[in-house]
Amino acid sequence: MSEIRSDKHTPEKPETLLLRNIDKVVGRDVHLENINLEFESSAINVVLGRTLSGKTSLLRILAGLDRPTRGTIEINGKDVTGVSVRKRSVAMVYQQFINYPSLSIYENIASPLKIAGFKKAEIDRHVRKTAEMLHIDDLLDRLPTELSGGQQQRTAIARALVKDAELLLLDEPLVNLDYKLREELRLELQEIFRQHKSIVVYTTTEPSEALMLEGNIVLIDQGCVIQSGPTRKVYHNPAALKAAEIFSDPPINYIDATVQAGTACLGQDIEFPLPPHMSSLLSGEYIFGVRSSHLFLLRTGESDLEMHAKVELSEINGSETFIHVDCGYCQMVVQEDGVRSARIGAEIKVYVSPSCFFVYNKEGNLVASPSNGVVQPMPG
Amino acid sequence: MEKWDNNKAWFLVLPVFAIVAFSAVIPLMTVVNYSVQDIFGPGQRVFVGAEWFKATLADRRLHEALWRQFLFSGLVLLIEMPLGVMIALAMPKRGWGVSFSLVTLALPLLIPWNVIGTIWLIFTRPDIGLFGSIINSMGIAFDHTASPLDAWITLMLMEVWHWTPLVALLAYAGLRAIPEVYYQAAKIDGASAWATFRYIQLPKMRGVLTIALLLRFMDSFLIYAEPFVLTGGGPGNSTTFLSIYLVKLAVGQFDLGPAAAFSIIYFLIVLALCFVFYQVLQNVGRGEKA
Repeated sequence: MSEIRSDKHTPEKPETLLLRNIDKVVGRDVHLENINLEFESSAINVVLGRTLSGKTSLLRILAGLDRPTRGTIEINGKDVTGVSVRKRSVAMVYQQFINYPSLSIYENIASPLKIAGFKKAEIDRHVRKTAEMLHIDDLLDRLPTELSGGQQQRTAIARALVKDAELLLLDEPLVNLDYKLREELRLELQEIFRQHKSIVVYTTTEPSEALMLEGNIVLIDQGCVIQSGPTRKVYHNPAALKAAEIFSDPPINYIDATVQAGTACLGQDIEFPLPPHMSSLLSGEYIFGVRSSHLFLLRTGESDLEMHAKVELSEINGSETFIHVDCGYCQMVVQEDGVRSARIGAEIKVYVSPSCFFVYNKEGNLVASPSNGVVQPMPG
Repeated sequence: MEKWDNNKAWFLVLPVFAIVAFSAVIPLMTVVNYSVQDIFGPGQRVFVGAEWFKATLADRRLHEALWRQFLFSGLVLLIEMPLGVMIALAMPKRGWGVSFSLVTLALPLLIPWNVIGTIWLIFTRPDIGLFGSIINSMGIAFDHTASPLDAWITLMLMEVWHWTPLVALLAYAGLRAIPEVYYQAAKIDGASAWATFRYIQLPKMRGVLTIALLLRFMDSFLIYAEPFVLTGGGPGNSTTFLSIYLVKLAVGQFDLGPAAAFSIIYFLIVLALCFVFYQVLQNVGRGEKA
């Protein structure tokens, strides 16, 4: 498909989309506030945020379905803020499986090309190629309602890809699929995006999905950008407590801590020498953040801290168990592999290595992180 | 065979059987009983077999009434279905206009059938009716008691005024059920307003429009009160539809046997047509090559 646009862009130069000071206010609700972002076609751009954080509002503005209240959008240096959606080169995939209900899969995939006025033979070639890429080439005669959810979404994705638009938007495309299909399609999408020359923007609520897709990430919360950058770098250095919260599932655990003369105190009875990454900390009050996957029920090393805790709740999530515990001075969620059972109210010990602590000041900004930018192997 | 373990479940269905038996099966069997006998009076009856059916099927006046009926139902559907969809498309989607238009549309549906007949009877009278006198004062002779065409026009007006709102309400419900993202997707695809209607709205309304079509067909095919109130089937026999003819036969002439045979044939025609409509609508527009 690259030949369609080959005359317009040289493959070496990535396409860029620039958002400057974007605000979106509907009535009295602020949906987006002062968004400044740059998306590139060289890597997938993941927007991670919770439900109602403004992800969809952002996509609607990117697509041109809504006009921002303030600010400008530039694609390859050209201002497109006021250009209507029909005149833009955009394709979009939604949470729901959106296809033309009375048209066959073939006609569905062909529809954007027909509107664009392609010749019949060319349409046929593109449709079959794209269908093959998404493994729906044997379903072309069927109707959308005759397919499974996964196949319907594959059709919608094929329709978006075949258009070969400058901008490809995916709004939580896998959220309505079951676990297995989601994994399968995610792997395929990664490969497809790699070959695709468009600017790809992909929204999700799941940190694990963002990590698997890699590329660049934007963390968004209540209409504001919290942090953006290469996904792995952001994961290992969440610049604010909020960022760490959004980019951890279950959300990151907080422990209030006091640092004084080379040692740190948690609560009443835990005191330990500062690990290397915190060695330059000044004395004062801090908040330590630790991901659930770094908490253990068994000792893993010499320097591990031992925390006494009471089990409040134990929930099984897929093949993992989340144990909610109360230490008195903090509440935490321990993530354990496998299905475990913990009696509610039981006294247990939780182990954590101080080398895993993210350190935030009282304003919630990152002061020290375990990696300090060094990429570590990812958990789980 | 686990399914059959709980035999008590049948008791839950019994009330429905009882109600259907009393409301439909028993009256129908009475009619079947009448249709094969010649009845002179209480206790005086002769079994005549299929004779009434043969006679009825050969009745020229019944044939005329049947064609009249088809023409009427056909015209009603041709006008009401597109008009109803157009009204639904033009209705507001949010704000106070929604409740206003819904209530306004529902008004004709709340009026009893014979009252509708009376309203339009007076409304279109050439001497005192607003509509009739205005038309006549413009130099166009309009009198539904004298001209078959005028009687038909009046009936169509009545029918369209009374029942198009039902189609519009059903179509509106169908339209409101289409998720907003479909329209977004159409916009992003660059689809025109017509393409959006043709490939999103119309297919998504298939279900409700099927119901609207079946309801409107059955109702218009069984029309009785309006022509009865307006002209009693006249002028001449021009508005004598099947049900009017049936009532003349059964109540007017007290020919119970032929009337019963007629009823059964009438019932079978409606049943067969509804089946055909349903089958066609289930398949129309599926897998089409656009």
